[in-house]
Amino acid sequence: MTRAAHAADTAHPASPARPADLALDRLTKVYPGGVRALDGLELTVRDGEFFALLGPSGCGKSTLLRTIAGLETATSGTLHIGGRDVTALPPGARDIAMVFQDYALFPHMTVEENIAYPLKVRKTGRAERTARARETAAELGLGHLTGRRPGQLSGGQQQRAALARAMACRPRVFLFDEPLSNLDARMRLEARTFLKKLQRELGVTTVFVTHDQAEALALADRIAVMETGRLRQVGTPAEIFRRPAGTFVASFIGSTPMNLLDARATAHGTLRVCGAVLPVPGDPPPPVTDGEKLVYGIRPEYLDPAGDGDARPALEGTVEVVESLGSAQLVTLACADGTGVQLVVDEDHEARPGDRMRAVPRAGRALLYRDDALVTAPAAGTGNGTPEPARHTPREG
Amino acid sequence: MATTASSAEPAPPDGTPPGGPPEQDAAGLGRRGAALFVVPALVLVALFLVLPAVWTLYLGSTDYRLTGIPAVDPSFVGTDNLTRALGDSGFLRSLWLTLLFVLGSAVIGQAGLGFALAWWMRERTGWLKTTLEALVMLAWILPSSVVAFLWIAFLDRDGGTLNALLHTPGAAWLLDHPMLSIVVYNIWRGTAFSMMLYSAALGNVPASHLETARLAGANGWQLLRDVVLPCVRGHVLTNLLLISLWTFNDFTPFLITAGGPDGASEILPVHIYKTALGNGELGYGAALSFLMLLINLVVAVIYLRLLGRGRRARRRPAADVPAPRGPGAGDAPGRPDDPGEATA
Repeated sequence: MTRAAHAADTAHPASPARPADLALDRLTKVYPGGVRALDGLELTVRDGEFFALLGPSGCGKSTLLRTIAGLETATSGTLHIGGRDVTALPPGARDIAMVFQDYALFPHMTVEENIAYPLKVRKTGRAERTARARETAAELGLGHLTGRRPGQLSGGQQQRAALARAMACRPRVFLFDEPLSNLDARMRLEARTFLKKLQRELGVTTVFVTHDQAEALALADRIAVMETGRLRQVGTPAEIFRRPAGTFVASFIGSTPMNLLDARATAHGTLRVCGAVLPVPGDPPPPVTDGEKLVYGIRPEYLDPAGDGDARPALEGTVEVVESLGSAQLVTLACADGTGVQLVVDEDHEARPGDRMRAVPRAGRALLYRDDALVTAPAAGTGNGTPEPARHTPREG
Repeated sequence: MATTASSAEPAPPDGTPPGGPPEQDAAGLGRRGAALFVVPALVLVALFLVLPAVWTLYLGSTDYRLTGIPAVDPSFVGTDNLTRALGDSGFLRSLWLTLLFVLGSAVIGQAGLGFALAWWMRERTGWLKTTLEALVMLAWILPSSVVAFLWIAFLDRDGGTLNALLHTPGAAWLLDHPMLSIVVYNIWRGTAFSMMLYSAALGNVPASHLETARLAGANGWQLLRDVVLPCVRGHVLTNLLLISLWTFNDFTPFLITAGGPDGASEILPVHIYKTALGNGELGYGAALSFLMLLINLVVAVIYLRLLGRGRRARRRPAADVPAPRGPGAGDAPGRPDDPGEATA
């Protein structure tokens, strides 16, 4: 497949065809021990896009970021940045800047010297690099701190100093390695909003790595979910959240993991799930054969407690645990066959352990997986106003 | 020892300080218990370090000799020995040779080669590294007498290994190049320590700092200058302090060249030995030892001040400024981890 065709294939209809700024072609990284950290990755990141690499630890996301940076060399495949093949170029020649998880500010240099360092290495004149460092520092609200050393800054200020250093040499691509994980919980939310705003204002293509699905959903324009060196799904946060392509993505995304329940198709074209009989999700519902084993997926947020007179098909069970989420409660039900089902109910919903409860799947939100692949067709009207694109199928091998 | 004593010092008798930061008495010994542990070491130090030092100081102000009348009844001569030393060409010459020996074999040789080896081994594995490490370590752990014999055998004029290797029969290395011989010997002997210390130090350089510099486009020299050396500065100074003092006080070259020929390799410890025991001038030798002690002290103080300056520069008290709130923070209500809800 040619690059143009590939780019067109993954282009999102909501964002008009912007040029690909970062393109991976069958990128593979095999470590000396034989571990395939990256397995033939195909991916394009568009100009100005905020792109997340998401996955559990050991999935290869950091290796991918480091390979893009040039800190690791790809075993095979190519990498283009801004239309230029950089696969064999050293990190310094790739026109990128990276912000590390620990910020990597040099402790013996002041904030200003730190920010100016990449310019110094590139032999920019002292006057110009000082001016640019000051200007960048001021842009990020560090104007009064340029004379300090990193050890005298708070975590958030250190992060901004590192961002300023990345910005000062005006790279084509930013790479962030776990940008928020060194901040405490409160700072993290602030920094997240700040980072998103900054990225939007700068309009620089940005790839970041995170293991935190909430962070990826909140920050990114598009997300690539990785597992064992492969891309499991690439899509917008809404797509990934609402229509996970497989059970791995389904269970990884969401602050409360999706209920993935064993289901068996009946002769009447319905599903038997945890002792309850539910309609096959989807509009139109995908064909199922009698006795077939499937997986029924429904997010806890999309299960509603049914009132007494509610006759809609529902999962039924005994309340086992009630956990408060602040503005809501997470209820764990034990169904008749022992399976646990979680649902999120309103904060003032009365639920006590031992109560019987019926949970109705919200219309159009349940998903059906066959052999770990999504079979529920995208229903019209469940998207964000635009028809959802065809599911991205990661090429593998 | 000093830290134990000082940390035990401020502990109040009841062990629970009213207010203030909690005491650093992790072992829970209390002042008395801690003192009990420290006393044996203090006694040993006093007996074997302080007492001989004071004794040397006393001897240095007498005309005590090994033989003759002053051996039985030494008389007090005050600072005569010290003033004599400052005008003694033999002493000044050996001081100069010692300086060359320390600079050549320790500061440049051991520290330089040790750093180079540590840098080279940084990311290497395999048999070459293991072999090299083992060989360098071997030179470090062998007893001095064995090593001295090895080097005499290596550099010997007749049938020496070096002459056999270079096909230069009859070249008298120890006679023609005595200083060079002991400098090379001492580099060979002591590089292991610097190499190990620097290996540990280089392991502490954060990978992300090196990578940041690489991403900025820094070359090998810039990496070393801008990232590595500032980071291992304290280790470098500590190492230089230790190996300078060790080399300054090293007596082993005597086993190889005996200070000769004609005093050409007579470094200070050898000179003092020859003066005090060879010539029997114990009082004068003690005065020279005292001068040597003073030089050691000055060297140590200079290094420690350099070390302290670096530390202070890095640990200037951090002003406790709360981080300013990011622009736009707080205008993201709702459940940010659930875009499905937000856009539905």
